[in-house]
Amino acid sequence: MTEQAVSISVEAPKAQGGVSTWKRVLRYTLVRSIMLLVTVVVGVYLTVLIANMGGHVDEIRRAMIRESVAMRFQNDPTFKALPPEARQKRIEEEVRRLERRYGLDKPFLVRSFVFLSQALSLNLGRAENMTSDSGSRQVRLIILERLPPTLFLFGTSSLIIFFLSLFISLHLSRNYGSLLDRIFVSLSPLSAAPGWFYAIFLIAIFAAWLKILPFGGMISTPPPETRWEYALDVAKHLILPIGAQILSALFIGVYSWRTFFLIYSSEDYVEMAKAKGLPPRAIERRYILRPTLPTIITSFALALISVWLGQIIFETVFDWPGIGRTYYQAIQVFDTAVIVGITVIYAYLLAITVFLLDIIYAIVDPRVDVGGPRATV
Amino acid sequence: MLRGAWREIRYYPSAMLGLFIILVFVAVSIYTVVTIPYSEVVDLWRGGEAVWGDNPRLAAPEWVNYFRRTKLPKTIKMLSTDPDVERRQEQVDDNLWIDDTIYTFEFQYDEFPQDLAVTLEAEFETKAPYVSVILVRPDGEEIRLGDLSVKGGRQVFLVSQEEKIAQRLRLPERRDIVEAIFAEDPKAEEPVVLKGTYQLRIEATLFEPESTITSKVVVYGKVHGWAGTDHLRRDLSVALLWGAPVALSFGLVAAVGTTVLTMIIAAIGVWFGGWVDSIIQRITEVNMVLPALPILIMIGVFWTRSLVVMLFAIIALSIFGAGIKTNRAIFLQVKALPYIEAAKAYGASDLRIVFFYMIPRIIPTIIPSLVLGIPSFVFLEAALALLGLGDPVLPTWGKIIDEARVNGALLQGHYYWILEPTFALMITGVAFAMLGFSLDRIFNPRLREL
Repeated sequence: MTEQAVSISVEAPKAQGGVSTWKRVLRYTLVRSIMLLVTVVVGVYLTVLIANMGGHVDEIRRAMIRESVAMRFQNDPTFKALPPEARQKRIEEEVRRLERRYGLDKPFLVRSFVFLSQALSLNLGRAENMTSDSGSRQVRLIILERLPPTLFLFGTSSLIIFFLSLFISLHLSRNYGSLLDRIFVSLSPLSAAPGWFYAIFLIAIFAAWLKILPFGGMISTPPPETRWEYALDVAKHLILPIGAQILSALFIGVYSWRTFFLIYSSEDYVEMAKAKGLPPRAIERRYILRPTLPTIITSFALALISVWLGQIIFETVFDWPGIGRTYYQAIQVFDTAVIVGITVIYAYLLAITVFLLDIIYAIVDPRVDVGGPRATV
Repeated sequence: MLRGAWREIRYYPSAMLGLFIILVFVAVSIYTVVTIPYSEVVDLWRGGEAVWGDNPRLAAPEWVNYFRRTKLPKTIKMLSTDPDVERRQEQVDDNLWIDDTIYTFEFQYDEFPQDLAVTLEAEFETKAPYVSVILVRPDGEEIRLGDLSVKGGRQVFLVSQEEKIAQRLRLPERRDIVEAIFAEDPKAEEPVVLKGTYQLRIEATLFEPESTITSKVVVYGKVHGWAGTDHLRRDLSVALLWGAPVALSFGLVAAVGTTVLTMIIAAIGVWFGGWVDSIIQRITEVNMVLPALPILIMIGVFWTRSLVVMLFAIIALSIFGAGIKTNRAIFLQVKALPYIEAAKAYGASDLRIVFFYMIPRIIPTIIPSLVLGIPSFVFLEAALALLGLGDPVLPTWGKIIDEARVNGALLQGHYYWILEPTFALMITGVAFAMLGFSLDRIFNPRLREL
């Protein structure tokens, strides 16, 4: 999406040369936000359809209601005395009442749009089968409860990986061809394996074999009493998940940033700056980092919002009580409300980020000019 | 350009190593599919005791003995029809025959066997043969393992489940029976294996002239084959071998399908421009909002776990990915090149330009990303298996990891079970990555000088 923002704004000046800058900015912002909103609506509606399997899940729900009602009537001694027809009638009535209560009496197409509008207005409603640890059925509460562990784990590791790979790659691009550089380049294929894969290795070594770190979870049971010990315990549980993520993401991150910086440092204007005798630090800051800033910001922002979804498999492997695992549990018990709830928040976050990125681009990159009259480079 | 690439790739040792490993995997896959055809492996892997009964449970691979000071036993399997097994048959009177089978075996390992199983099969009209099983130890001691009549024609006798032996030997509480009968001192706190020549006598008494008895003795070891066994006594080598063709074909089909379709769609979008292009762009943006992995999980939970369906779903979800944007940027440059102008001038059709002029031009640049994409799909398949959504019938690497994890392989120290498939996945992934990175450097001239 971000690349497109650049292309739009590069074409824009020719078309609308005369209008004042503010109007152009306003119009651009409006068009862009409407487009993003449409994207979100379509994406969320598709998710609603898929999470209900195009209405198939409603059939499952009806069958489940019927079964549970029949079971209840069979086990209740007061209904045993009734003749079979009368009992059947009572069962039918009860099934209809429950179907109406869960909205199952309306056709799925109508229901799907109700789902959509509720999801878009962030009225996430009640979960069907899941409860939060505090016992609530509010989807909002379930998500809020599982969010901190996910943000904590993936936020920490994303930040570590992002800055570590940025600084290491800057260092390597300065010392291109050194031993360290060659080591990182030759280790980069290790990133072909995802984080959960290294997680299994690390758990095998440090938890099963050496028995010095926990297998998974976020806190020991029972949790330690004092605050200091509690923090220490959580930190201990964090080592393996973060280690696994770093193992899988760092080398490829360093490799691609390094290549990226090297390409930019072979530009003519960098050679020119060197010839003028500028100190290396100044060259790096003004001639290499400055033009690559938009790319750096984009990848930082995308890394941050990817935190939201957590990682289903990663959290499952580590038994981490976060969003990803909740997502997986929701799918397993057909809890559409939770699935759609998590998805719609992600969609909004993505749309907002992309929108903000467009504006930030315009600020940091003088070439990107939202429909402005200045000549594009 | 492609021929030039081959000439150049030979100067990249990592590419050659990656290519070599990939070729080895291809060879293994072909060998596997030829020797164990698809239908056979499905039956084999789902077969129960009938197929795998003679394997030890949770046995480590044989090569672990090279790294151990105390050697783990291999499985010893003997049939009463084997030539070196001694038979003594004799008629006592009109209605009584004696048929003794004497199995002799060496046991020279440092660790105890896992179990001892005697399978008896008898044919008779009305009166079942009566059998006594006696173990003669190297020190000359005889242990009566059990007496039973072979009712129903077939009886399996597992020493570990015969509480009577423990009573007969007056073993302390909860002492392992199998260890006791193979120990120097059965009652010792820390039993030591009694090495030497054992004899297992199966003394059968037959009551009918036509009655016969055959038997099978299995002394279950603690190592098996080059890959070990799982909790259902299945030989992991079957699954490890079959994992190779599954992983390779899955990764290859998904990567090629995604890359080629993405390329075609991007080319069509750029060439026709206008609303075609903008529809493609919008679909790509919507696809970014859609959560790919959860959708795959939903398909697996709601609908089917079949590998082929998953494959198509993965391709469908990946076509409109980030690749469209990168391809589009390249095609926009290609579209402006003079030779396209020339083609248009002499009246080439739209589709001809797209498929014969634009797409061939960018094929070299997408080959590296294609190769690099393969491991990510291989790992995706493993990831789905790890969530319990692996193919219902086929053994794959991911499914072994999942089964090992679910059955507590790490907690109980069966490391081989989880490490073998992970190493296979790792090597495959790294091989493709090494080749892909080198190809990237060859095909992207900007990287070449770096």
